[in-house]
Amino acid sequence: MRTNISKKKVRDEFVRKIEELSGQKLLACYQCGKCSAGCPAVGEMDILPNQVIRYAQLGFKEELLEAKSVWLCASCYTCNVRCPKGIKIAEVMEAVRQVLLRKRKDHVEVPNLSAEDKASVPAIALISNFRKFTS
Amino acid sequence: MKVSYYPGCTLKSNAKNFEDSALCALRELGVDVQELRRWNCCGTVYSLATDDLMRHLASIRNLIRVKEAESDSVMTLCAMCYNTLKRVNEKVKSDPDSLQKIHKFMDEEKIAYRGDVKVRHLLELLREDVKFEAIGKKVKKPLQNLKVASYYGCLLVRPKEIGLDDMENPTVLDDLMAVLGAGPVDFPYKTECCGAYQTVDKPETVADRTYSILMSAESRGAEVVAVSCPLCAFNLDHRQKETAKKHSDFKKVPILYFTQLLAIAVGCGEESLRLDLHYVDPKPLLRQKGLI
Repeated sequence: MRTNISKKKVRDEFVRKIEELSGQKLLACYQCGKCSAGCPAVGEMDILPNQVIRYAQLGFKEELLEAKSVWLCASCYTCNVRCPKGIKIAEVMEAVRQVLLRKRKDHVEVPNLSAEDKASVPAIALISNFRKFTS
Repeated sequence: MKVSYYPGCTLKSNAKNFEDSALCALRELGVDVQELRRWNCCGTVYSLATDDLMRHLASIRNLIRVKEAESDSVMTLCAMCYNTLKRVNEKVKSDPDSLQKIHKFMDEEKIAYRGDVKVRHLLELLREDVKFEAIGKKVKKPLQNLKVASYYGCLLVRPKEIGLDDMENPTVLDDLMAVLGAGPVDFPYKTECCGAYQTVDKPETVADRTYSILMSAESRGAEVVAVSCPLCAFNLDHRQKETAKKHSDFKKVPILYFTQLLAIAVGCGEESLRLDLHYVDPKPLLRQKGLI
């Protein structure tokens, strides 16, 4: 597969936005892959955590905004505490989610959850889920 | 010994077994627990976006309630409340500009919060103030022959500046279980995420995590898994229904809050354990061991 990397993409506003929202310097990542090696959600992810960082560095906006991975991340911080460069990968995942949520693109549609769905889980699950997955 | 206590939402409903057992055990240990007169949701998750200060307000309001109770520290039982309250506190302590902005949202509060409340988890109180050695001396019913795997999950131990123990190899719960007379079972999944709030929209994913975590504990000989978070408890206990449907080789295992085991050991009655709130019934095992 050919991948087109361009200055235009790298300098896109999207890259700046992800850095600002996450508070992370994306270019500090040298792609060792330790975050992906220890991630408990990696089995279901379409883009691995280290690839999320790489895509963000290079301004692959569409690919990131369509990725399932950011919604599979449960902010368990295993990647954050193991990164040899001190990059907070969970914060980068949050920044990608926030870009979408701030445009009202909710991941969980609350009206679509049945009363039974809502009654079957504790308050702590509902509140944290809605805080992470709705705008 | 007197402590201010912040319960959080789930401790008053699904996790009443956590609260009742903890309060009974603390009474037996001579700790005077004062619940905050007023409190609100902590926010459940710490907001990770740098500009999202609004979502820290709920935690700050609770910390103001602690100041109003003329206390300088607050104890939580729930690992999520502990993590969120403590992280917000650390954030405003190290970032005066953010604190200033937050104050402007809360000008009706009588106290301008300064980051001067210490957020502590019950495990820290037991380890540092009550002390495990003293707990050992108060054990009336040792948890003999009970093999307990302690599951720490994420938010008690990560991130490092918040965690109450080693982030890769925590032992505080195992140390407590040993003091209570139980046989601690170490297992490699003890800090692996249970899937947390994914349980609402992706219960199948959580069922797979529950499978991996509990099968690992069982393979090491655990008869029961001890937890300290109401969301982990829900996923590891109630999601066993989905886990058993998905994985034919799965064997159900009882999940107990560490406080229920503590309560049994220090002589609390069965009514404080609220064993009716469990999906996998722990009573047969506890009866077999002569603990209830």
